[in-house]
Amino acid sequence: MAANPMYQFNVYRIGPEIKINNIDISFTNASLFMVISSLAILIIFNLGTKRSIIPNKIQLLAELSYSFISKMISDTAGSKAKPYFSFIFSLFMFVLFCNMFGMIPYSFTVTSHIIVTFVLAAFIFIGVTIIGFIKHGLGYLKLFVPSGVPMVLLPLIVVIEIISYLSRPISLSVRLFANMMAGHTMMKVFGGFVVSLGIVGGWLPLGFSVALTGLEILVAFLQAYVFAILTCIYLNDALNLHH
Amino acid sequence: MLKKIIFQFFALSLIFTYSAQSAESGGMPQLNPEFWISQIFWLVLTFGLLFIILSKFILPKISNNLETRKSQILENIETADKQREETEKKVKEFDKIINDTKVEAKNFFNSERQKVLDDINNKRLSLEKDIEKEIIKAEEEIDQLKKTSQEKVTKIAIETSSDLVKQLIGEDINKSSLSAIVEDLSKKEMEKHNGI
Repeated sequence: MAANPMYQFNVYRIGPEIKINNIDISFTNASLFMVISSLAILIIFNLGTKRSIIPNKIQLLAELSYSFISKMISDTAGSKAKPYFSFIFSLFMFVLFCNMFGMIPYSFTVTSHIIVTFVLAAFIFIGVTIIGFIKHGLGYLKLFVPSGVPMVLLPLIVVIEIISYLSRPISLSVRLFANMMAGHTMMKVFGGFVVSLGIVGGWLPLGFSVALTGLEILVAFLQAYVFAILTCIYLNDALNLHH
Repeated sequence: MLKKIIFQFFALSLIFTYSAQSAESGGMPQLNPEFWISQIFWLVLTFGLLFIILSKFILPKISNNLETRKSQILENIETADKQREETEKKVKEFDKIINDTKVEAKNFFNSERQKVLDDINNKRLSLEKDIEKEIIKAEEEIDQLKKTSQEKVTKIAIETSSDLVKQLIGEDINKSSLSAIVEDLSKKEMEKHNGI
């Protein structure tokens, strides 16, 4: 059973079964790692709020991440996106910490589940659409009509634009989920090779495993960054209508 | 025979794959909707709480810290600028004082030197005057001496010559004729001496 590379993504109940109105909301290993990630973020950033002029290491970490994300938002979405800073900060940190905790052996990667990433992406999609309609009214629909397009092509372009807009939550969620799942599966497969090839031939896949671990840590950061920056770009579309 | 072996191999491999797949309850656990609701519930709960705590309590503190540090740094830079300006002023003042004292010292030195030189000059002039006076006096004396000595010499010459003549001849000769001869001789002699 343990040799199955997909086994690591299994969700199982921890503790008693909790049911409200016949809906199962039991505490699972996925919930456990969500709680652990959130707690880790809160602890680290709470330690980083110490009020000192010369920051210690944790404070420096917190302040650097603060200015990193603040710069990312102002670069991609402009100064109008400032009210959404705390949401994007929480989003980036949550995805990053879930990805990173997934790198610990025998842990569980929350973001390798399509339902989790899809809920996040759908929330962002709906939120951004609502913001767009509040800011621009029906004028937000101009997003689907790019300027400078010949009249003949316009119906086609509008259809393509609408499809690309609607596929945003899917591409956003699938990107993160597939990256995390593929990476972890690959590591498990190479780990399996190490065991099955034994002491004679296991060294090559072991080397691959080590290299993949480095790559996966990079991917874990990169995907969190991509997730956050795409959110910023969608927000930018809603706040500053360019078309 | 070979065909049979190949067939058996395929059949066996099929059986093994089937059994392996059934044992591993095939497919991705991600697509099993059994815990989807639970995952959504816990995601909304944890992420919501995380967002609320971060945005209400932690992020304002961090941004506040950053702001205060920024303003503190600006303040420090301002005071540093002020102090630098002050030190520049002080350095200028110091330079001015040093320059002034240098000029003063030079002036003082020059004036003192002039005084000393003047003093030396005056003293030398007065000394030269004194020396000239002394020289004139001495020359006068010498002139007088010259004059008197000539008269005396002729007198002595006349007397000695008269005495000599007296002793030689034993009688007095007319003094005036003797003196005339002596004077004539001595004049010639003096001319020889002083002449040219």
